[in-house]
Amino acid sequence: MATDAASSTAIAEAPEGADIEVRAEPRRFTRAVLHNRKAMTGAVILLVMVFVALFPGLIAPYDPQAIVGPPNASSSSAHLLGTTQLGQDVLSQLIWGTRLTLWVTLVVSLIATFISMIIGVTAAYIGGFTDRVLTVFTDVFLILPVLPLLILLSAYLKPGVTSLIIVLTITSWAFQARQLRSQGLSVRNRDFLVAARVRGERPLYIILVEIVPTMTSLLAASFLALAVFEVGFAASLQFLGLGNSSELMWGTMLYNAQQAAALESGNALWALAPGGAVALMGAGFALVNYAFDEIGNPALRPMRRRKRRGRASA
Amino acid sequence: MAEPLLEVTDLSVDYLTEASSVRAVDQVNFTVQAGEFLGIVGESGCGKSTLLFGVSQLLSPPGEVAGGSVIFRGRDMVRMSGEELRGLRWRDYSIVMQSAMNALNPMKSIGAQFKDTLEAHGSLSTEEIQHRSAEVLGLVGIDPAHLGSYPHQLSGGMRQRAMIAMALLFTPQLVLMDEPTSALDVVAQRSLMSKIKELQESLGFAVIFVTHDMSVVSRYSDRVLVMYAGQIAEAAPTDDIFRHPLHPYTRGLMEAVPSVRGPRRELVGIPGSPPDLARPPTGCRFHPRCPEVMPVCPSHEPDLIAVGDAEVRCLLYVQQAKQAV
Amino acid sequence: MRYLTRRIGLFLITLWAALTVNFIIPRVMPGNEAVAVLGTLKNINPAALHALEIQFGVNVHQSVLSSYFEYLGNCLTGQFGVTAQGVPVMNEILSKLPWTLGLVGTTTVIAFVIGTVAGIASAWRRGGRLDAILPPTLFIVSTVPVFFVGLLLIYFFAVKLNWLPLGGNYSVGATPSFSLSFIWDVLKHALLPALSLIIVTAGLWVYSMRNNMITTIAEDYVKTARAKGLPNRRIMYDYAARNSILPNLTGFAMQLGYVLGGAIVIEYLFSYPGLGYLFYTASTNHDLPLMEGLFLFYTLAVLVCVLIADLLTAVLDPRTREA
Repeated sequence: MATDAASSTAIAEAPEGADIEVRAEPRRFTRAVLHNRKAMTGAVILLVMVFVALFPGLIAPYDPQAIVGPPNASSSSAHLLGTTQLGQDVLSQLIWGTRLTLWVTLVVSLIATFISMIIGVTAAYIGGFTDRVLTVFTDVFLILPVLPLLILLSAYLKPGVTSLIIVLTITSWAFQARQLRSQGLSVRNRDFLVAARVRGERPLYIILVEIVPTMTSLLAASFLALAVFEVGFAASLQFLGLGNSSELMWGTMLYNAQQAAALESGNALWALAPGGAVALMGAGFALVNYAFDEIGNPALRPMRRRKRRGRASA
Repeated sequence: MAEPLLEVTDLSVDYLTEASSVRAVDQVNFTVQAGEFLGIVGESGCGKSTLLFGVSQLLSPPGEVAGGSVIFRGRDMVRMSGEELRGLRWRDYSIVMQSAMNALNPMKSIGAQFKDTLEAHGSLSTEEIQHRSAEVLGLVGIDPAHLGSYPHQLSGGMRQRAMIAMALLFTPQLVLMDEPTSALDVVAQRSLMSKIKELQESLGFAVIFVTHDMSVVSRYSDRVLVMYAGQIAEAAPTDDIFRHPLHPYTRGLMEAVPSVRGPRRELVGIPGSPPDLARPPTGCRFHPRCPEVMPVCPSHEPDLIAVGDAEVRCLLYVQQAKQAV
Repeated sequence: MRYLTRRIGLFLITLWAALTVNFIIPRVMPGNEAVAVLGTLKNINPAALHALEIQFGVNVHQSVLSSYFEYLGNCLTGQFGVTAQGVPVMNEILSKLPWTLGLVGTTTVIAFVIGTVAGIASAWRRGGRLDAILPPTLFIVSTVPVFFVGLLLIYFFAVKLNWLPLGGNYSVGATPSFSLSFIWDVLKHALLPALSLIIVTAGLWVYSMRNNMITTIAEDYVKTARAKGLPNRRIMYDYAARNSILPNLTGFAMQLGYVLGGAIVIEYLFSYPGLGYLFYTASTNHDLPLMEGLFLFYTLAVLVCVLIADLLTAVLDPRTREA
C-alpha cells in the first residue's frame, strides 16, 4: 500500500501454514532436535531398535527357534526373559522379531503417507469437483472403524506379512490426508507455483516436483504419527490370531503366548515382553513426533515461570 | 503541567523460552495526559503491540514484564495484584484489538459479550444492561437489534465498531487501540478513524493508538512515538514529527510516503531490515541502516534526549545538546 | 441448515460406502472363501441362503449390477443373512450387544469426563515441571496398545493378587438375575476390561483436549476476556472450555472407531462375551456373513455417534447458522 510507510521496509510476513511447518533448514532443525529431550529419547529408542533389527545375530544369545531350555521357565540368568512353552528363549525371539516388526511398521507408514500425500495434495491443487470427490472419499475411510475393517479384510487373505501390509495400508492412508490437503491448500497460490503453471508444467509435475518438497517436514511428521499406531494395530491383528504364527514378530509372539495361557500358568514374561516392546516402539515414534509438534508450534512448548512479583494468577 | 493520566517509566518486556530470553521492549518511557491522543508508530516486530500489552498488563506467556513501572492515575499497575487489576480493567481503561473477528468470542452474541462485561463489574438490572448496551452501540452507529447477532453475522467494519462500542461500556479514561483499522479497506478505515476521533472529543478519553501506518495518525493524534527495535526512537507532537522529523529513521519513514498533493519525487525506502531482537546491533540499534551513521554510533548507545518539544534517541543530537550547553 | 444437510449427506454416503465395501470385498479378494463358507452352511432357509449368495456372488446367475441392487434392498429390509451356524446374523448381534454396550458405553462416558476435566485443568495452569512432563506422558499413555494395558492389569490384579477374575462376564455357574450378588459379580468381571479401556481412551482425550484448550487460550478473544476483567472461572468455562469442546465434538465422535476396535481386543483378552468376542470367533471360524454383519454394525454405530455430534454442533455452535 502506498500509504503504508513503515511496513514498506518491513520484512515479508510469515507465509500461511508456517505455523505447522517446521522451518526446512536442516542445521537449525537438527539443533532443535538435539536440544529437545523428548526427541532425543525417542530417537535413541528407535536407533537402538534399528540396530537390533539389523544385527540380531550379534545380540541374541540363542537361535530363536531352537529349544534351549526347560519349557515355561521364568526369568533366569540363562534366559533373561524365560522360555516359551516349547523351551525356546524368549529374549532371542524378541530380538529376532524386531526385524519384521520394524519392517512392517516402516513399510506401511511409508506407503500410507505416500498415498495420503498424493490424494491430499491432488485434491488441494486441482480443486473443484475432484477435490470434493477426493475429500468425501477420504472422509468415508476416516469413519470406517479400523480394527473391524482389518479383521474383515484379513479373513480373505492368506495370513502373513504381505497381507498385513496390504490391509494396514488400506485402513491407514486416510489418517493424514486431511492435514496434507490443508497444507497443499496453503501453498497453492504462492508465486513459484503460479510461475510453474504459466511455464506450462503439467499438474503431476507441479505436484511432485514443486509442492511436495515444501512439505517435507509435514510428511515426516505424518510418517511418524502413522508409525505410532501401526505398530499397535499390526500387533493387535496378530494377537487376535490373524497373523501367521510361524513368522517371527512381536505380535505373533503375543498370540502364541496367549494360546499357551502364559500369563496365567506359564512364563508371564513371554506375554508381557513383546507387549512392552510394542509399546516401547510406539513410544519412540510418539516422542519424536511429539517433539515435531513442539518445534513447529511454539504455543505447545513447556514454559519457564519467573518468580511473579507478588501477584496472583493472570 | 497537570498530573499525567499514565506514566510509563523504564518499562521492559521479555519473552522467555526454555532456551533463551528476548527483550522485546527495552526501557521505554512516556506519559499520556488526560484526553490526549497518542500515536505509537513502527514497523512490524518493533515491539509496539508488545508495549501496549505490557502497559495494559495483558501479556501472555512467554511474555513478561521484566522491569519498570506503569503508573496509572497514581498507582503502579505492574505491582498490583490480580484482584486489584481486575477492578480497574475496562472501567478505567479498555483495549480495542486488531481484528474483531478474532477478538470477539465467535460463540457468544454481541449482547452476551457486553452483558458479561457489565455483570463482571457491578450489579445492574437486566433493563439497565440492555439500555447501556443499546446506548454504546448507538454511539458507534450500529442498530441495537444487532445485540442478538453473532460476530460472523456482522460485516468487518461493523464488527470493528462493535468492539469499540464494547470498549466504551464504562466510558473509561484511557482506551488502548492495537491497529484497529488495519484489517479494513481505506474507506472504512477513514470512517472508523473519524468516528473514533469524534467519540474521543465528545467523551474525553485518552487514546494510545498503535499502528504501522503513519498516515492514519498524522491527522488525528496530538503526539507521536516512533518505535524501533523495542526502543523509542523519537517522541514529539504530531506536527513537529511530520514537519521536522529528527531521527534518521523517522525521516526515512516520512520519505517513504508519497504526498498526494505535493510534487512528484522519488520514493526512498530504508535499506536493510529490522534487527533480530535476540541479537540487537551494538551501540545504536539503527546504525546498520542509518544514512547518517557516524563512526561513534556502533559503540555508543544513545539515550533519549530532549530537543525542543521532542525527544530523540540519536547521537547526532548529543553533539547539538552539548554545543547548546 | 446447509451444515446439517452436508453432514447428513456424509452420513448417508458413508453408510452406502460401508454396504458397498461389504459387497465388493468378497468379489475382489483372491481365493474362494465365500464359496467355501456358503458350502458349509446347513439348516438354513432358502431365502436366507439366496440373500447370502447374492451378497457374496456365489452361484449367482445374474449381472453384478442387479446383484448389487438386490443386496442393497436386502440390507434396507434388515436381511443380513445367517451365520455359519445358521442363526440369523441380526439375532446373534442383538444377543451380544448389551454386554458390549454396557462396557463400551460406560467406559467412553467416564473417559470423556476424565479427559475433558483433566485436559482443561492441565491447560489452564501452565508452567512448571508438570507442564514439561505431563503432555508427553499422556501422549505416550494414549499410544500404548490397549492389549498391553489389559495384559498388565490381568497380570497384576488377576494373576498375582487374585483380586479380580481372569475373564468372562460373570462367574461360571452363576445364574443371571437382578440380584445384588449377581450385579456385583458382573461388575467385578467388568472392572479390569473397563479399566483398560478407560486408561487408553482417557489418555487420548486428555491429550487432545489439552491441545485444543492451549490453542483456544492463545486466541485473541480470551485475551479480550481477560482485558475486560472477567473473573477467571468465567473465562475458563465460557470462553476457553466451551470453545475448545464444541468445535471438536465431531472429532471426538470419530475417535469412537478406535475405541470400538480396542474393545474388540479387550473382549478377546478377557473372554468377555460381547460383540468384540463375537467378531473374534467369527474370524477364527471364517464366518463371513457374521463378520460382514458385524463390520456393518460397527460402522453404523460410529456413523450414528458422529451424526449425533454433528447435530449437537449444529444446535450449539452459532457459526453453523447462516450469516
